[in-house]
Amino acid sequence: MRLWTFILLIGCNRIHILDCYTDPLGWKHQLADSGILPSNSSAGACLFQDVKDINKLQSLILELGSGLVGQGKVRFSVAIDSVTEMLRHVPLSKVAALISDLRSHDQISSIFWLLHSDIHDVRVTTSLEYLSSMVASVESLNQSSDGLSGDLGNLSLLEQNFRRGKFHVRFKRRNGRVRVMNEQFHMEESGIKFTSVTVEDGLVSQGLVPKVLFNLELSEKEKLERARVVLPLEHQGNGKPIQIYDGRRSLAPESMGEVSADTSQSNTEECSNGGGEIIYFRDSDDDRPDSDEDPDDDLDI
Amino acid sequence: MDSRARNLLDEALGLDQLTQSKSPLGGKAVLIEDCVETSGSFVLHQLIKRLLTATPNSSNVVLFLAFANPFSHYDRILRKLGCNLAAQRENGRFIFVDMLNVQCPEGKAGGGRSGLFALFANITKVLNSLPEGNRKCLTIVIDDVSLIEVAAHGSSDHVLDFLHYCHALTSNHGCSLVMLNHDDIYSSMDRPVFLKQMEYAADVLVKVKPLATGLAADVHGQMPVLNRDQCNRRGSLNNGMNNFQFRIKENSVEYFYPGART
Repeated sequence: MRLWTFILLIGCNRIHILDCYTDPLGWKHQLADSGILPSNSSAGACLFQDVKDINKLQSLILELGSGLVGQGKVRFSVAIDSVTEMLRHVPLSKVAALISDLRSHDQISSIFWLLHSDIHDVRVTTSLEYLSSMVASVESLNQSSDGLSGDLGNLSLLEQNFRRGKFHVRFKRRNGRVRVMNEQFHMEESGIKFTSVTVEDGLVSQGLVPKVLFNLELSEKEKLERARVVLPLEHQGNGKPIQIYDGRRSLAPESMGEVSADTSQSNTEECSNGGGEIIYFRDSDDDRPDSDEDPDDDLDI
Repeated sequence: MDSRARNLLDEALGLDQLTQSKSPLGGKAVLIEDCVETSGSFVLHQLIKRLLTATPNSSNVVLFLAFANPFSHYDRILRKLGCNLAAQRENGRFIFVDMLNVQCPEGKAGGGRSGLFALFANITKVLNSLPEGNRKCLTIVIDDVSLIEVAAHGSSDHVLDFLHYCHALTSNHGCSLVMLNHDDIYSSMDRPVFLKQMEYAADVLVKVKPLATGLAADVHGQMPVLNRDQCNRRGSLNNGMNNFQFRIKENSVEYFYPGART
């Protein structure tokens, strides 16, 4: 988007352009005075050549707007493209004062302006948002890549970002209530198409999972089976003493046989119910058996 | 290979539809961003050659603001590419403005601005010296923008004012603007405002970067190109986004899509 500064005054189905782009600092005017440039005015628009003089700008806006709609009850709107360029020449306090004065003028029905939020710090954007009753922001659909700084793999993302995006609007009502609206937009040949956000969750989760060659996600069936797995040290709360399986099926003593059988039986039952199972194999049967003492005995899990 | 190589960059910039009656770059502002690892100067050289040698009786004029190197440097390089800059300068088709040793007046308020205003006055004189029908055939080339900031004693506001006026020439007269800037100078800042202002103003953004995988003998870098004009144009077959790789040879530059190099 170009950094032009045009101020459009709209009223009675007519538009009047106040051109602050062609000669904002009066350089062309100086060259014309010295004979280097022929004096020329922007066709169909009023040329403004001193953007630093906010008072003069405000007076001209009101004068041109009144000329557009006359002295009756008809009001006009003001559009500023863009405030970012204005802020290069004029401090924030003066720009805020201009907007505030215009919005409270009897003959002005509405005022809207464009701001490039990535150029300004939070103080500037917040100050201007406080002045507005509606804030509409345009964001890219996929915010992973940093513009053209991403690598080759993000070309499709860049293409998508250029034609599509998110449109977020926040309305502030007089009674203090705030209404928020989210849509997606797509720039087509016929115009801009707005659609409601439907697959936002999918897009968010898609954005969080890194794009690699192996699968990092779980299917629904895998999630269910994971939920059914009984952890070995988890307190099962069924009144029975906690059984800790030490992985020595082959060396299971007779005293433990019943218990093991019970365990295996319960495992079988769980398996037959489709539950998960943790199978632990010791590295070697020659290893010294684990101590029967539970180091975590003092814990109440 | 050279004709095919020109086509990829030409297509990306919209130069493949060069005609006598049309402005070569269509009145666009082109911003080339490079870095220390991969210089983007070769894009400037290729563009100059393309503009001056495209057609024998072309009305194209290049106004070159040289802040980085003397005329002999560009003359030597363009000779290898098959373009005689000295002859073009004598014919009035290549206007070289040597800004190497120029410093804006120091010590007084707005000294940088007055120096840049004087430069803009020179550009305007050149533009007005051309017949009115040929003014859209003028291409202003700046090498490079970061050195304008140095000449203006670090005042990026004055530089942006100057660039704004150059940009206004493209809108009002149909001429074109090509600027080279160094991305990595501003990348360490939290908010590279100067760079973003320029990116917002550009119609075509060309990034010259090294490969993500590092140095390679056969591929010297990659070049994503965003052409907003093509993106916005109805019925355009090219969607305005391009990304190809390049290899700089002795007398030419080879462009190819990733994996397509033979």
